[in-house]
Amino acid sequence: MDLFLSSLDTLARLDVLLALLVGSIGGVIIGAIPGVGAAVAIAILLPATFSFDPIVGLTVLLGIYGSSMYGGAIPAILINTPGTAVNALTTYDGYPMTQKGQARRALSLAYSASFFGGVLSIICLILLSPVLAWIAPMFGSREIFLAALLGIILVVLAHRGQVFAAGMLASFGIFLNSVGLEPVRYSRRYAFDQSWLASGFDLIVVVLGLFAISQAFMLLVDKDDAPKAQRVEGSLFSGLKELFRFKRVATVSSGFGVLMGMIPGVGEFTAQFLSYTYARRTSKTPEAFGKGSPEGLVASEAANNAVPGAAMIPLLALGIPGEALTAMMLSVFYVHNVVPGPGLFQNDMDFVVALYIVMLLLNVIVLGFLMFSTNWLTRIIQVPTRFLGVVILTLSFVGVYSLRNSFTDCAIASVFGVLGLVLKRLNLPVVPIILGMVLGGIMEVKLRSAMARVRTPWDMIDRPIAFILFCAILLVIGLHIRTLVKEHRARMEEPDHDIHDSHTR
Amino acid sequence: MGRFETLQQMFRRYRRPGDLVFATVFLLFAIWLASQLQNQTIWANGQQLFAQPRFWPAVGVFGMAGFGALHFLSSVASDRIPGRWPEVGAWLRSLEFVAWFLAYVWLVPWAGYLLATLVFMAVLTIRMGYRDWRMIVAAMATGLAIVLLFRTFLQVRLPGGQLYHLLPDGLSTFMLTYF
Repeated sequence: MDLFLSSLDTLARLDVLLALLVGSIGGVIIGAIPGVGAAVAIAILLPATFSFDPIVGLTVLLGIYGSSMYGGAIPAILINTPGTAVNALTTYDGYPMTQKGQARRALSLAYSASFFGGVLSIICLILLSPVLAWIAPMFGSREIFLAALLGIILVVLAHRGQVFAAGMLASFGIFLNSVGLEPVRYSRRYAFDQSWLASGFDLIVVVLGLFAISQAFMLLVDKDDAPKAQRVEGSLFSGLKELFRFKRVATVSSGFGVLMGMIPGVGEFTAQFLSYTYARRTSKTPEAFGKGSPEGLVASEAANNAVPGAAMIPLLALGIPGEALTAMMLSVFYVHNVVPGPGLFQNDMDFVVALYIVMLLLNVIVLGFLMFSTNWLTRIIQVPTRFLGVVILTLSFVGVYSLRNSFTDCAIASVFGVLGLVLKRLNLPVVPIILGMVLGGIMEVKLRSAMARVRTPWDMIDRPIAFILFCAILLVIGLHIRTLVKEHRARMEEPDHDIHDSHTR
Repeated sequence: MGRFETLQQMFRRYRRPGDLVFATVFLLFAIWLASQLQNQTIWANGQQLFAQPRFWPAVGVFGMAGFGALHFLSSVASDRIPGRWPEVGAWLRSLEFVAWFLAYVWLVPWAGYLLATLVFMAVLTIRMGYRDWRMIVAAMATGLAIVLLFRTFLQVRLPGGQLYHLLPDGLSTFMLTYF
């Protein structure tokens, strides 16, 4: 109880409350505009949050992260275009419901399922906290190195059909992280006698280039488009009651979201797939899935909204980000000298609980906001895409230039912007570069400190957690090879789909 | 599920036109980086392999070259998708916007954040084909809102414009502080 009260005390400040309001409502608006997305917004806002207290900065970013998917459901349901990549599955049943004249019902159910998933994941987090506080100190350098290695392997293998591309891009991230002065002997690596290369590549500059500037370029290069969304008549509160009819699907889907969110490199897509498959398999009307099934909509939205809360687990407990957005948040911790990891749960538990409360509150604010503002948001969807590109490019300037007032940083970010555009248009993943940079840095530091106590290879895995992680690495690789062999034998024809292309919007 | 039935199918990513061009450029870049490994990194005597300054750049560069070679081979072995060179053209078109962006970056320390942003947004909006005066006003209003949010309210670190020094003292200080 004391812990809860001291956490509330941390939050009872005007700036934190303002950050909560701006982050959560801003996140909904950003999510509702196809072509922006949480990653772009967080990348742009990241440098601005460095001047805030850690709790204020993280509240804004968490607000955007947690609420963007709520907003993303609006265009997914009304115009068949996901607002964020993870709302792609929502279009399957949400849009057919709109075509049947059930737009209000679909939106109401989507909001309710999102709220259920978001809140349930945070409750799970709170209940898991004592376990995390117990396990986290068992993670030393070896364990963190192995967990980061597992994260990289999962990120690469998760990109089915493009594992080689994901591998080369993750390696590129590791390489980028190693450029500049190395931390032990201060020798230069790949600096080519250039002073601007000696300081290495700043993660924020790369993130802004790959996510924000590339998105602006995408929109500016493409044809102009201004989608039209219909108005929604009537109250949106009915979905809260209707959700009780689908409580089993909502609970299981949220559970998948929590589980998958905790595993680095996996995230929303797997959670949604497992939830959707479960919902269809156990439904009395499986034939309605993909044609406007409310159960399918609930499964998709509950699963994806349960992920952000769970994704904070590896970040807070181990300091290991599982995807791009938590990787960006990690830099906020570093800038303020708050080192996420085992120590955070031992020394700053009130800070951790404060973050949980923030996540809980943001779900309540967002639900309340959406109940009354959906029609206003449908007008925002209609912003022409090229105009949006101009706005994103202008905002990207603030992000990059405010770091060091450096023209060079802007030029580097532009180069990464072009690279990001090429990757997105080729349907190649951008995230492995970022995780390669972040996890590469963690692996370098942790391996060096771990090797001081390692005499034989066996020493590396002679502790229980290290051994489990090592077995997990072998298992993941083994399962991947098994799948490849099975696929090769079956020679299945697989239809092309564009679900990952939605990353490009 | 309509477009995919298994988890493997869902996570599968499909090739798009221009893949071979990117694979070739990336592989050549990786090979060039690998050729520079000895010159651009040092090997410290008496250090363990994993603590060598050269170790992690080598992991990155050889990973790039190895996976890049496999990606290149898979691109070569795959069926050609029509539209390779128009796609490369789209990549090159983005260079125009790099120029716009860098011109804006160059303009800010000279004209100040407020003026540079208003001009940049208005001119780029016109360049993107919007001729309706309401769109241009909307662009400038958005620019003003961005400046007010980041510079005036959040006090983000941006340099004051050289032009501001030409203003009367009080106004010059005000502009340097808030815009």
